[in-house]
Amino acid sequence: MTDWAGRMAGDAPPRALPLLAALLAALLVLPAIVDSYVLSIAILVLYFAYVGQAWNIMMGFAGQLSLGHSLYVGLGAYASAVLFVHHGVAPWIGAFAAIGAAIAAAAIIGALAFRFGIAGVYFALLTIAFAEFTRIGFDHFPWIGGSGGLFLPVARHGESEFWMLRGPPVMFYYVILSMAAMAFAMCRLLMVGRIGYYWRALREDEDAARALGIDIFRYKMLAILISSAMTAPAGVFFAFYYNTLFPEQIFSMLRSIELILGPIIGGLGTLFGPILGAFVLTVLAEVLNEVLAALGWEIPGARQVFYGLCLLVVVMYLPEGIWPALARRLGLERRR
Amino acid sequence: MTALLDVSGVSRSFRGLRAVNEVSFAVAPGEIVAVIGPNGAGKTTLFNLIAGALTPDDGAIRFDGRDIAGLRADRRCRLGVARTFQLVRPFAGLTVEDNAIVGALARTPDVAAARREALAALDRLGLADRRGLLASQLTLPDRKRLEMARALATGPRLLLLDEAMAGLRPTEIDGMVSVLARLNRETGLTIVLIEHVMRAVMALAQRIVVLHHGEKIAEGTPADISRDPVVIRSYFGEAAA
Ligand SMILES: Nc1ncnc2c1ncn2[C@@H]1O[C@H](COP(=O)(O)OP(=O)(O)OP(=O)(O)O)[C@@H](O)[C@H]1O
Ligand SMILES: [Mg+2]
Repeated sequence: MTDWAGRMAGDAPPRALPLLAALLAALLVLPAIVDSYVLSIAILVLYFAYVGQAWNIMMGFAGQLSLGHSLYVGLGAYASAVLFVHHGVAPWIGAFAAIGAAIAAAAIIGALAFRFGIAGVYFALLTIAFAEFTRIGFDHFPWIGGSGGLFLPVARHGESEFWMLRGPPVMFYYVILSMAAMAFAMCRLLMVGRIGYYWRALREDEDAARALGIDIFRYKMLAILISSAMTAPAGVFFAFYYNTLFPEQIFSMLRSIELILGPIIGGLGTLFGPILGAFVLTVLAEVLNEVLAALGWEIPGARQVFYGLCLLVVVMYLPEGIWPALARRLGLERRR
Repeated sequence: MTALLDVSGVSRSFRGLRAVNEVSFAVAPGEIVAVIGPNGAGKTTLFNLIAGALTPDDGAIRFDGRDIAGLRADRRCRLGVARTFQLVRPFAGLTVEDNAIVGALARTPDVAAARREALAALDRLGLADRRGLLASQLTLPDRKRLEMARALATGPRLLLLDEAMAGLRPTEIDGMVSVLARLNRETGLTIVLIEHVMRAVMALAQRIVVLHHGEKIAEGTPADISRDPVVIRSYFGEAAA
């Protein structure tokens, strides 16, 4: 336990820990001080922080660009929702099936790509292809609702609400907060361990990494398996929070893009990047919505254009993302 | 004494070009051997075959009595074969220390232990005070040192150095020569080096293998080689011209 805690703290800059504790404390009391609208946005922020963290393992740590992470979200969502709707299985149990489904898909993609040296843009295309195939497959699968969608009954009797994840937004808030906190801790552990060093090494130069004893295939497989396993619970959350699933939506490429923007804008390969990116993007997009609504303007696709602009600004002025620049300002640089 | 490295009849072609042609030589434990030859002689290709970046078309490569010709590079590293690249390949986005830690992790999964090994290796190469810099911030000579420190951190029994001295100033070459000589003396590390800098070759090598057009044309002590007429014609002759 102390060893674990020691590794967690490790070489973290001394000011990071109090800051992290303050952030966590603020997030814990948030529902008591904000209204339901702000709470719903906080849930979104934490959701994107969570999936962003999971995706960051692939791209930020191991340098493998996945543009099809909606596949793991969707598989996770459908696996847990189908078990719940058809068999009354609680999502906490369904989550294991969700993770299993995501890992199975990731194993196929990883084995195909990494065994045959498919990398870079071609790997990204392969991940898109798998998500698209799955979307089309689910569209034509009536037992799970097909393109007409799968709906979760809103209330069930006899079981505790928490166990079945049927409850008010504040319950979902604490669930996603716990998930985001665990994802953060897990990524931190991975990052400071051997696996984190090996991922960054193979991200930088595969041949040099191989010469230093790194089994490239194995470590790429670990990246995609861990990342997909971490992404699947986001799908479970999505299913039970929104109660409706459409293949068209959940497997869509837009969803894959949406979930990678946070870490890119926040800072690839950093632990705070996905959190900061999720916050900046979600909150600013919400503000934009409010402003447009107040002006009475109805602009379809405004959110996407806004995301595009954010990306443009960050790529031009802060190519490493917001967090590394902010960390320097706050004196939170990793000790060198 | 049995050889630590035994290369026998190894060949490799690229689209018809015989880059390495039936080359054989052996290296005893604790020995320092230099591989020399004009540009394009096949020296780097030979290293790639020994380290596992390439597989031979023909021939056997034995390390410590075991045939390693079919093993991947990472497996060979874990058996104790480390190499540097002629065109240095540091992990640019990682710090100097983290570069060396990656190497040291080949021997231990424990990052703290790997860090100690890494710092020892950096210290040997005189890079300890630059450990916090990003590898991309280093000068070329320092990158070469980092390349060596990283290879050394893997705890090798055989170190393959591909033109580690190229681009260094004479005083830096002398420094590097003494680092390698000390390493060999203190730890018994076996070293095979590809080198154009004859000053370093003569100071370090107990034996020299000469390659030309992919073939071994001579092998012997530095004194033998510098008198060998074939070598003088094909190599020193060109270099002097
Ligand atoms: N991957 C490759 N594909 C095709 N040809 C190659 C490859 N690697 C090396 N060669 C060719 O094989 C020959 C030997 O090259 P090699 O790099 O081994 O020479 P070298 O002795 O290391 O030369 P230098 O002193 O310039 O480093 C050259 O003609 C080179 O062009
Ligand atoms: Mg060469």
